[in-house]
Amino acid sequence: MLDFLKRPIQSLQDFVVLAGKAFRNIVRKPHYFDDIAIQADVIGVGSLPIVLLTGFFSGAVMALQMSKALSQYGASGQVGQIVSITLVRELGPVLTALLVSGRNASGIASELGSMKVTEQIDAMRALGTDPIQKLVTPRLIATSTMLPLLTILSDFIGLFGGYLMACVVLKLTTSDQYWTTAYRALDFQDVVQGLTKPFIFGIIVALVGCFEGLRTTGGTQGVGRATTEAVVTASVWVFVIDLIITRIFVSMPAW
Amino acid sequence: MPSSPHEVLRFDNVTVRFDEQPVVDRVSFVLAAGESRIVLGEAGAGKTVLLKTALGLIRPDSGRVHLFGTDITDLKEKALFEVRQRVGMLFQEGALFDSQTVEENVAYPLLSRAQKTLNNTELQAIEDKVLRALEFVELGHTVEKFPSELSGGMRRRVGIARATVTEPPLVLYDSPTAGLDPITANTIMALLVKERDIRNTSSMVVTHRYQDGQIMAGFRTDGHEGKLIPDPGRPGVVFMVMREGRLIFEGTQTELEASPEAYVRKFVRR
Ligand SMILES: Nc1ncnc2c1ncn2[C@@H]1O[C@H](COP(=O)(O)OP(=O)(O)O)[C@@H](O)[C@H]1O
Ligand SMILES: [Mg+2]
Repeated sequence: MLDFLKRPIQSLQDFVVLAGKAFRNIVRKPHYFDDIAIQADVIGVGSLPIVLLTGFFSGAVMALQMSKALSQYGASGQVGQIVSITLVRELGPVLTALLVSGRNASGIASELGSMKVTEQIDAMRALGTDPIQKLVTPRLIATSTMLPLLTILSDFIGLFGGYLMACVVLKLTTSDQYWTTAYRALDFQDVVQGLTKPFIFGIIVALVGCFEGLRTTGGTQGVGRATTEAVVTASVWVFVIDLIITRIFVSMPAW
Repeated sequence: MPSSPHEVLRFDNVTVRFDEQPVVDRVSFVLAAGESRIVLGEAGAGKTVLLKTALGLIRPDSGRVHLFGTDITDLKEKALFEVRQRVGMLFQEGALFDSQTVEENVAYPLLSRAQKTLNNTELQAIEDKVLRALEFVELGHTVEKFPSELSGGMRRRVGIARATVTEPPLVLYDSPTAGLDPITANTIMALLVKERDIRNTSSMVVTHRYQDGQIMAGFRTDGHEGKLIPDPGRPGVVFMVMREGRLIFEGTQTELEASPEAYVRKFVRR
């Protein structure tokens, strides 16, 4: 009985062990600064165009969706406030994380997966390098710092997209009012929430990608499976963690 | 059982399981210093797992493994790094790091061993060693290339250079000739013989080609030319045959060829 639970529990345990080692290595020698820089470039700079593009459109579409509802209540002046709250608290972090998960959880899993099936990981260990130190920890550091930065940029460009839609296309409100309400709507707690989320999502994306990559078996086919699995798992976890963090912030007293 | 100083590698009743299934099954043997062991067996016989267990990359489920007199069975990974410095391994297909050039690949074992930042003299010494190792495998001209630009045989040769650049006393070769045409395969075997004879290394050579064993057992090198000279009946070459994880034969070439066992005979005739 309960045999069907054995595999997922074993996986979870392996994941926690990997996560523990990856975090512990942050403060241990040797540090592979070159690898951190390369990963930061691949993940941060590499994801920039797609993150900006989707950020812009999500802001614009939010403004468009809200325009109708708000004008029914004669509150179309509030559009900046709505766009900024949704972007900063939810849409920015989650959309950016999903994009980075699609781009980098898969990228990490396929890279580490091919290294695994071609025995490069074994070769590393044979030559005296800890693969977690050399491969996992740099990706963890790079993703968890780059994702908040990408999210900030995505939030800003989204607000700008909302502004173009609301003030230039639909002429719902003045530019002054848009930016003032957008700015006033946010308190410090929102900003903390909006940065905590991508930081945690970054950890998830990196660790899931590495975990799926490092446990790849079964040749090139296995690499394909690992890649898909990494994106799906990371994306689902982004939503689950998002709900948990939101729950914590909603029930927190105002600061 | 205590191990003598002449033992390089000892397996005591070692079993490795994957999903309950034993893939190395109660295997015992001793590799003496200066010995070459040829491990024959079909695909899936457990040859690769055997070599990885010898390096501590895979932990046995039961039994003990001794490397250079140290019981490595329960050693932590950090402690294993030290023991592994005295072993070179050529992985199947080479397992070169594809993000690094040939030169960086061969320098890797030397650099990863250096605990501190190296000064120019030390870096120069490493570069010289790398070049010498690449010239040994006759690939001095490929330093700037990436593994993806090399043929299968060349990748294998770079792998040999990487495995031997630190001059380890024991070298493990996993299927050095698998997937290569006969001419390239013989070139690789000539390198193995040259490496063994010039540096007196102990080795384990995993293969499914009996011919590879014949070359190891019946030839010596002519020196730096790398040509093979017949040297029949040379001592210190032992054959092992694995079948479904079991070690079913262990002995000299003469004993192997005289074996009445059907599975062994099938191998020898091929
Ligand atoms: N990491 C692993 N997980 C599960 N099974 C494995 C693993 N590595 C090897 N095996 C199994 O062990 C057996 C022996 O494999 P191997 O030692 O690679 O054979 P070969 O003699 O061809 O080198 C095979 O049946 C293989 O499927
Ligand atoms: Mg094999």
